[in-house]
Amino acid sequence: MDQADSIAGEQKRIEDDFALLEDTRDKYEFIIELGKELKPMPDEQKIAANLVRGCQSQVWMTAELDPASGRLALRADSDAIISKGLVALVLRLYDKRLPAEILANPPDVFEAIGLGRLITPGRSNGLYAMVNRVRQFAEGFGQAAKA
Amino acid sequence: MVDRPEAAFDVAAIRAQFPALRQQINGRPLVYLDSGASTQKPQAVIDAHARFYEHDYANIHRGVYELSQRATAAHDEARRKLTRFINAASWREVIFTRNATESINLVAQSFLRPRLQPGDEILVTEMEHHANIVPWQLIGAATGARLVAAPVTLEGILDLDAFAERINARTRLIAFPWISNVLGTINPVDRLIELAKDRGIPVLVDAAQAVQHLPVDVQGLGADFIAFSGHKMYGPSGVGVLWGKLEHLEAMPPYQGGGDMIEHVTFEATTWNEVPFKFEAGTPDIAGIVALGHAVDWIESVGIQAIARHEASLLATATRDLSQIEGLEIIGRAPDKASVLTFKLGDIHPQDVATMLDLEGIAIRTGHHCAMPLHAKFGLSGSARASLGVYNDESDIAALSLALRRVARTFAG
Repeated sequence: MDQADSIAGEQKRIEDDFALLEDTRDKYEFIIELGKELKPMPDEQKIAANLVRGCQSQVWMTAELDPASGRLALRADSDAIISKGLVALVLRLYDKRLPAEILANPPDVFEAIGLGRLITPGRSNGLYAMVNRVRQFAEGFGQAAKA
Repeated sequence: MVDRPEAAFDVAAIRAQFPALRQQINGRPLVYLDSGASTQKPQAVIDAHARFYEHDYANIHRGVYELSQRATAAHDEARRKLTRFINAASWREVIFTRNATESINLVAQSFLRPRLQPGDEILVTEMEHHANIVPWQLIGAATGARLVAAPVTLEGILDLDAFAERINARTRLIAFPWISNVLGTINPVDRLIELAKDRGIPVLVDAAQAVQHLPVDVQGLGADFIAFSGHKMYGPSGVGVLWGKLEHLEAMPPYQGGGDMIEHVTFEATTWNEVPFKFEAGTPDIAGIVALGHAVDWIESVGIQAIARHEASLLATATRDLSQIEGLEIIGRAPDKASVLTFKLGDIHPQDVATMLDLEGIAIRTGHHCAMPLHAKFGLSGSARASLGVYNDESDIAALSLALRRVARTFAG
């Protein structure tokens, strides 16, 4: 697979984006910008069934399998801007990817950009839960594709 | 209650006794504004805890040897200190638990549950911490009794008339917080207890947010039970207290079975130890209990009245400063408040507020603060809460105020 169109390639691009940001506050301000830019989910999809469990803020996520390409189409939103920015990064990594590719590529980029401590299970931002939810979708649709 | 009436209060000297406060977070001096969740510990308490393990540690009770007797004496001494601290009539009325939550569960299971019939009621308030809701719901589900909540006004004050109206012939217990952990409201405990006593209904006061902020005299109070935690009163985590009237405690069955709570055991039948040991099954957190005794000494050395005055003045400053921030709304505007300042900042999610404050070394709490029904009442899914301790000063409030203005700018547009 072409490096430019792979999760690894996207991880590299995110790393490059963050390379210019020196202190943690700049990084957060960038994440806030990403949060503001993320296209909101329609209200009718912001329902309990789409909530990601394990986030202190409300984070909603949906996934559909595009039958033609076999790729997952992900959408997400949050009522907190920082969580929304973080989920925007998660979407940059995993949206429109094959389930097998998602499962083969853990989100190492957060460690690389110095935000590794955000992705532990006890953190209230829910990044860990968001990534887990994407992986559950990938597992579910991966199984369905095989069956 | 020992209090030096005109104790000179020097916040810098007090702050210097808390080693955890002498650190930088994200390159800034720590501003700790989460004492409502748990307080930091003074050096005297930390040292007492360590010293006990270094010199006096052994299991308590029934030890013939010197070390066990020393440990037992230290443990007994802690109970005497707690007895004095809340002015209990007897040390037998002071039961050590893990925390206020366990104290309330003990009363629910051991005192109230056997008294409940289907259709009976337990009266609480809308400003309850979950610890003063769920234990009653559990026994309600088991017995067919019902939990009733007295309303709180939008200012954050208990509606006394509505409270009184909800007391009826089926009310079996009344429970309320002395101070609300979200609103900071100091409830009129004397009046509430009087309303209950007029009808002969037992009362439990959740004093988890009270004992560290104001003088407590259980004999004057007239409640039947009070519950509080050590970790919110400058003591260690893992130790709490249930105070109950001796007549109740003696009549109640044990809460948990095990060592220490028995008098005589055979496989056919067991008899119980006397109060308070009947309720203290198994080896307790001995070092934690001893250190809690030292936390009491420490509070008394500063003076609870002096602490109350300092915190009240700081809360007034904080309320005034934060009210001037555009878009900031304070939740809980009772005239009688202590230590707690809960707010929302425009439409900014409380979690975003707290995350940005953390970058500046400021620790506040966000979420529902274990009071989801209260947040639902105010139409909120969560809020941000700054809460004060004895070591906070004007510079903490200034840092908070400045940082909140910066957060408002960051999220604008």
